[in-house]
Amino acid sequence: MAEPKKKRITDIGPPSYENFLPPIIKKNYGKWKYHEIIKPGVLMHVSESGDKLYSVRAATPRLAATDTIRLFAQIADEFCDGFLRYTSRNNVEFLITDEKKVEPCIAKLKKEGYPVGGMGNSITNIVHTQGWVHCHSAATDASGVVKCVMDELFPYFESMKLPAKLRIAFACCLNMCGAVHCSDIALLGVHIKPPVVSHDTLPAQCEIPTTVSACPTGAVRTATVDGKPSVEIVEEQCMFCANCFTVCPSIKLNNPTDGLSVWVGGKVSNARHEPMFSKLAIPYIPNEPPRWPTVVKSVKNIVEVYAKNARKFERMGEWIERIGWPKFFELTEIPFTKYHIDDFTHAGESFRRSVYFRQSDVRE
Amino acid sequence: MAAKLRETPLIDELLKGPWPSFVKEIKKCAQNEKNERGSARSNDLLGVLERSYKETIGHWKHGGIVGVMGYGGGVIGRYNDLPEEFPNVAHFHTIRVNQPSGWFYTSDILRKLCDIWDKHGSGITNMHGSTGDIVFLGCATDDLEPTFADLTALGFDLGGSGSAVRTPSCCCGMARCEWACYDTMALTDDLTRTFQDELHRPAFPYKFKFKMSGCPNDCVASIARADMSIIGTWRDDIQIDQKAVADYASKLNLENDVISRCPTKCMSWDGKKLSIDNSNCVKCMHCINAMPKALAPGKDRGATILLGSKAPIIGGALLSSVIVPFLKIEPPYEDIKELAEAIWDLWAEHGKNRERVGEFIQRIGMGNFLEQIGLEPRPEMVINPRSNPYIFYDQDQE
Repeated sequence: MAEPKKKRITDIGPPSYENFLPPIIKKNYGKWKYHEIIKPGVLMHVSESGDKLYSVRAATPRLAATDTIRLFAQIADEFCDGFLRYTSRNNVEFLITDEKKVEPCIAKLKKEGYPVGGMGNSITNIVHTQGWVHCHSAATDASGVVKCVMDELFPYFESMKLPAKLRIAFACCLNMCGAVHCSDIALLGVHIKPPVVSHDTLPAQCEIPTTVSACPTGAVRTATVDGKPSVEIVEEQCMFCANCFTVCPSIKLNNPTDGLSVWVGGKVSNARHEPMFSKLAIPYIPNEPPRWPTVVKSVKNIVEVYAKNARKFERMGEWIERIGWPKFFELTEIPFTKYHIDDFTHAGESFRRSVYFRQSDVRE
Repeated sequence: MAAKLRETPLIDELLKGPWPSFVKEIKKCAQNEKNERGSARSNDLLGVLERSYKETIGHWKHGGIVGVMGYGGGVIGRYNDLPEEFPNVAHFHTIRVNQPSGWFYTSDILRKLCDIWDKHGSGITNMHGSTGDIVFLGCATDDLEPTFADLTALGFDLGGSGSAVRTPSCCCGMARCEWACYDTMALTDDLTRTFQDELHRPAFPYKFKFKMSGCPNDCVASIARADMSIIGTWRDDIQIDQKAVADYASKLNLENDVISRCPTKCMSWDGKKLSIDNSNCVKCMHCINAMPKALAPGKDRGATILLGSKAPIIGGALLSSVIVPFLKIEPPYEDIKELAEAIWDLWAEHGKNRERVGEFIQRIGMGNFLEQIGLEPRPEMVINPRSNPYIFYDQDQE
């Protein structure tokens, strides 16, 4: 006799956040008065009642072992009565009510290898995707590049000396599960070779009409190969978006020639200037594991030129808008190529339709 | 006793440097003696990753239907293309676990989640995935149901995937921010519960994301990443503490750092008093960000609702655009739910496969879209009226 089945629980949604709020937050919910960054990585929120909450922000690599989560739980027990939260950029925040515990908490985190910072005019953690660790369409590794870039930019994480905050994001293909398209600096994995169709497996694995309609440029067409239905790729029409591969695993796009592109000047906040898309700075850098030296050097160069030239409060995109794109390419010494000029839908919107530019920037 | 770690000279280079290393994290899992099966999986993951670093190409495949009974989403099928060499990651699926609003946890609940994942999986997580879920990386097909049973017994459920409502997420809002113009965590929690069916059983043309930001600083990138972006704002005057402004005047150059940075130039400072022409304020937040002790959003608070942002696939990246200029955000949030349902009804009926709402609106025209979902056109919805005269005049008009 089979055991009587337990009732299967479904559709309950997440547990209520109220279960996990520290008493100081429950008491002051909606009653916070102001906040200050008292030092890099430490926020102090003051409520109308005068209560003070200290949040110590530490970096995590996003990919976390359960043992690391247990370590954070232990640190939370030691310094914050067991309460912590994560941020939208993969940092962890320890919520402390006793000011005397702030410094010991920071010391403990640093000792365990999780640095404290990423607040105010800094470079905080990079939001990123799975890359070669776990993704089928990755054109590059995500965690590895992020690690190398942050190793190099580390002083900017622990300090607040930039003109404004600088947000970096990473997506390992154009699907952009990282939605990097509105970041001060976006690193984006790119495929540069057309896909290869596996005609043997395609009829069983893929729906041909869905596959054909997945292509934004009409480069995927029906074809009969060896008497069997399949598709063919009009290679000169392909712009390597990988959408066909996403709907049809028999169209393989990954290639050892895949690499990365660099985009700059996007933002999502409304402060001073409306949200902006990031724009192309560097069209292609080959994958150079394990330390991606060219990507690291390129990002560092852009950060340093920005830090030197932007005015206080100016985000990357605001700075470039003030000085003009010709000047940006001059200062960063990044070559301007035909790839920088849009040629997709609405391309003309980015053409200059005036004589409003600085003749002083025109180079021979 | 955990097996010997695979030799990984290339990715070992990523153990160096001051930034926390993900390779160290995977190695922690591969050496976890309490989790023999999971450590074998993590060890094979090290091997696959080393191989990718050598060949500059990924080794993962997608496809196939995998999940838990009765759900159409929440699990992403992932298979390795070198199963003979790396048998322990032959299938290595992702489980998305719906996070509590605002990503607040107790040490107790984190340990219980870890217990479940150490019992059934690799021990590797993402805290958190891009959409906001707790992500468990590396579950074998047979372990999905037992993991799900333990999760629901603990009070957790799966997040969204595929052509469904994706796990809604939000900033920490009123829990720890004085700028929150509405209760982002409460709304997120409520919408997530209300739309459980739409979240677990994909029935749309493509994904639909909600993101709740408490103010125009938009800490969860709602305007760039959500099909429906709900961004806090206010209608009345910015609250000013003149004494605190005077204190800032000794630390900041008010004229250069605040007044001249105002996009509508609606502020002035006479050396003693800050004046704001609130009727011209566009709620950019700069002055409030610069002087948090002195200025605060007004008291008549609510949100702007915007629609349609997305990443490039398929028709190009979009930012969300205004659809409701101002709405009071109050439980039971019937107006927001009715709006979302009206949009889904139309889009599910007429949207093309893998067409996001933003692309759908561009294809059918915003005017037609508004008419169908029952909203009036408003000048706040556009930067300017059309400049082209190709107008589709209604044929049933007089």
